[in-house]
Amino acid sequence: MLQGWVIASVSFAYLGVLFAIAYFGDKRADAGRSVIANPTIYALSLAVYCTTWTFYGSVGRAASTGIGFLPIYLGPTLMAGLWWFVMLKIIRISKANRITSIADFVSSRYGKSQLLGGLVTVIAVVGIVPYISLQLKAVSNSFTILLHYPEIVMPARTGAQPLLQDSALYIAMILAAFTILFGTRHLDATERHEGMVAAIAFESLVKLLAFVAVGAFVTFGIYNGFGDIFDRAEVVPKLKALMTVADSGASYGSWWSLTFLSMLSIMFLPRQFQIAVVENVNERHLARAIWLFPLYLLIINIFVLPIAVGGMLHFPDGGVDADTFVLTLPMAERQEALALFVFIGGLSAATGMVIVETIALSTMVCNDLVMPVLLRWKALRLHEERDLSGLLLSIRRWAIAGILLLGYIYFRAAGEAYALVGIGLISFAAVAQFAPAIFGGIYWKGGTRQGAIAGLTAGFAVWIYTLLLPSFAKSGWLSLDFIREGLFGMTLLKPQQLFGLTGLDEISHSLFWSMLANIGCYVAVSLRKRPDVVETGQGTLFVDVFRHTEGAESSRFWRGSAQVQDLLPLIGRFLGPERAQEAFLAYARRRGLASIDQLQANADLVHYAETLLAGAIGGASARVMVASVVKEEPLGIDEVMNILDEASQVRAYSRQIEQKSRELEAATGELRAANERLKELDRMKDDFMSTVTHELRTPLTSIRSFSEILLDDPKTNLENRKKFLAIIVKETERLTRLINQVLDMAKIESGNAEWHTAEVDLHEVLEESIAATSSLFSDKRIGLSMNLAGDVPKVKADRDRLIQVMLNLLSNAVKFCDEDRGQVTVRLSVGADAVRVDVEDNGPGIGEADQNTIFEKFRQVGDTMTAKPQGTGLGLPISRQIVEHFGGRLWVESSPGEGATFSFTLPKDGEYDARKEER
Amino acid sequence: MTKRILIVDDEPNIVVSLEFLMKREGFEVAVAADGEAALKSVEEKRPDLVLLDIMLPKKNGFEVCQLIRANPEWQSIKVVMLTAKGRDTEVAKGTALGADAYMTKPFSTKDLIAQVRQMLDMD
Repeated sequence: MLQGWVIASVSFAYLGVLFAIAYFGDKRADAGRSVIANPTIYALSLAVYCTTWTFYGSVGRAASTGIGFLPIYLGPTLMAGLWWFVMLKIIRISKANRITSIADFVSSRYGKSQLLGGLVTVIAVVGIVPYISLQLKAVSNSFTILLHYPEIVMPARTGAQPLLQDSALYIAMILAAFTILFGTRHLDATERHEGMVAAIAFESLVKLLAFVAVGAFVTFGIYNGFGDIFDRAEVVPKLKALMTVADSGASYGSWWSLTFLSMLSIMFLPRQFQIAVVENVNERHLARAIWLFPLYLLIINIFVLPIAVGGMLHFPDGGVDADTFVLTLPMAERQEALALFVFIGGLSAATGMVIVETIALSTMVCNDLVMPVLLRWKALRLHEERDLSGLLLSIRRWAIAGILLLGYIYFRAAGEAYALVGIGLISFAAVAQFAPAIFGGIYWKGGTRQGAIAGLTAGFAVWIYTLLLPSFAKSGWLSLDFIREGLFGMTLLKPQQLFGLTGLDEISHSLFWSMLANIGCYVAVSLRKRPDVVETGQGTLFVDVFRHTEGAESSRFWRGSAQVQDLLPLIGRFLGPERAQEAFLAYARRRGLASIDQLQANADLVHYAETLLAGAIGGASARVMVASVVKEEPLGIDEVMNILDEASQVRAYSRQIEQKSRELEAATGELRAANERLKELDRMKDDFMSTVTHELRTPLTSIRSFSEILLDDPKTNLENRKKFLAIIVKETERLTRLINQVLDMAKIESGNAEWHTAEVDLHEVLEESIAATSSLFSDKRIGLSMNLAGDVPKVKADRDRLIQVMLNLLSNAVKFCDEDRGQVTVRLSVGADAVRVDVEDNGPGIGEADQNTIFEKFRQVGDTMTAKPQGTGLGLPISRQIVEHFGGRLWVESSPGEGATFSFTLPKDGEYDARKEER
Repeated sequence: MTKRILIVDDEPNIVVSLEFLMKREGFEVAVAADGEAALKSVEEKRPDLVLLDIMLPKKNGFEVCQLIRANPEWQSIKVVMLTAKGRDTEVAKGTALGADAYMTKPFSTKDLIAQVRQMLDMD
């Protein structure tokens, strides 16, 4: 038997540990040695997402819908994948603008609108209260159940108990006291609570351990592992059905909508925003959270199905609520300590959620709801109050107490209408309304304040009508008639079948209509009007946050005059004079000034003061307060646009300059390359001229010598005279040939050669060439054999030019063959798309190194300095130019000592494409 | 005593003309068609003057000239370079390597004979 006092004292001891951790965390933070500057603690604290709804409710949902509990965790897992883009941006924006809550975020984005901040706060409070009541219900139920240990008695209906005997009331009060201790010990400009985060991270560990302990106990203690449980479940048809996704369309629909809903919730639940954005120490911590947080969700879900199935097997008569299996299974097995541990786990899930949620909500209520009203209420003479920091703290404390009280009232009134999961989803659907305004706000500069107000209002109204009111009706507060018959009896207005939409569960149905109304109004109203000055400025700061990371940027949108003597007391009134003094001194030191007196009250300082104040009372109120002590000269929209334009122009210019300098570099490189190429060409031309000169001088030398010899001595004997004249004639011919070839080459290279292109029969070309060179062959007694394919298609080419190529190849072959032993083979063959001619000799062959050089002008085999050229050295280069002109290829294959084969191909008729002017 | 002249050139027709000219002047003539044959002939025949082409197989005219100058016993041998390469750099290179004269092809036969005779102190 567990006595009530045992449970209570263990619970208080646990809360004491939490408080000790938080106290330690705050002390360390004050000393500048943060305990939460650690990505793992950041990821664990994000698990505040898992409340009692996860701890008890997942099993309950699994018991009725099988794996239908999963989308709630699938959504955050998917969203975590996008965090690096979306969450990082939100964190960066929030840090740059000292955002302290989600209401502050929305209001700042849309021109620091107080109305918008208030609206978001109202939606959050109304939406979250049911969720808080859910925590109260879970803790109170689990307490009651545990109290009856070892008997298993389901708690009586709430409301059946007298108020003063209701444990939930006391739990609410204890939690309120605890949260006030945690969250409002002092006022901080950044609204961060390091101790609280440390405690939350610890709680995440406790609830995970408790849940895994039960899971392991059920799976391996009561049954023999996963296989055993599911095998037993197979036999029971009701349980078997749980193992599969129900196959109706509505079920898939609700999977999608639940996944979508939880994707938005992980971003926009006030407590998630508080932990993920406001309490974030270092945006790089996000990198670990992206995988560690989904892993946490995975682990905490592993045992959900085994516990659900185990519980249904264990309590087959249905007398035990599946939401309590986590607790009742260890109890049924008489595991006293484990049951107590589970209770503590559930308690930590509840306290974690309640603490962070109420702190976040109380900040919003204070900054965005109460302060704006109080500051306008002239009768309170708040403007004359010297120190308002105490007032701020008490507002927050009352807000915390008030929110928990509201939660308790909702619990008493409506707590029985839904299972735990149902209540959570109502809250999810409420915070989902923030999505259009926030996503639109950080990615679309066109979103306006009026658009955001319209969207939020419309979405919220639809949410109230389709979810909240029906939940009231089901709790008996309202007549059920309007659900059954529609408002005023109009069937089209049935809140859960709006405009005749059926086939969706109530959450999906509400989500569909509220999102449609929200996004529709947001976009339509935003498009109606251009954003005004402040909206444009803030919109740019938010959307382009990665370009404006310098926090000082937003001060550029302000112009006016101010006095330090006015600003300092103003800040002092909200933060306390000492803290204000410290903050200003720190600011002065950062600027290299010795004291506050030396500070200039310029735009930067005004901006600094405003962000300091924003931390305490929210962006919108801070703006109003600062505006009251400085003389502002309003900027026109044109001026703001100019500032923005200027910035973007500067960026554009610098991009252009970079671009230009890259282009210049590239151009310089190209010029250098071109210059090198020109130098190379010049050198080649020089070489060419020198070589041509040499080739011309050599025959001239013989001609001149012999002419002079004959001229000197007319009586030279006849034999010599004949011999000398023959040499003169031969050298003259050589000279002519050379000149012709040089001119020919020049013409081809300059593109001025005349080509008489026609259908050419290669058989004729080969026969004619062979006939023309037959005397060369017979002179050196060199053998010539032919191997010509019979049916060769005609080619498009210049017949005379091809003969020129063949003559060159044949005379080369003869030139390099030994007398008597020489053998030359000419082959003609047809390939797939070309006709091929080979001229093979059995001369000395050509080394690999020379196989390319022989096609260069005046380059014959061997070193030009030592080897005397045989021939002009232009035959092969010209031949290659000719063959290539007709789209073919000329090359040589050879290995030294084994002869050489010169081959060329020409495309078959019709495949020759005009490449005439190409070179 | 008859002066000996070595003609080194790989163009057969030029060799024929030079040989005819030199013999007509009464010199004793030897012929070589490449660089190595030229050095061998210098060794065997000890010419008084070499008419040396530059573009030669095996060893070019510059190398041959350099080797002749490297041998102390051959210091008295006169070297006249005959080449179709008329660029200044080549003239300079030839003289630097120890050639006594440099003539560009095509040359005047009269000038060549006068040059040769002057070098052999025959005028």
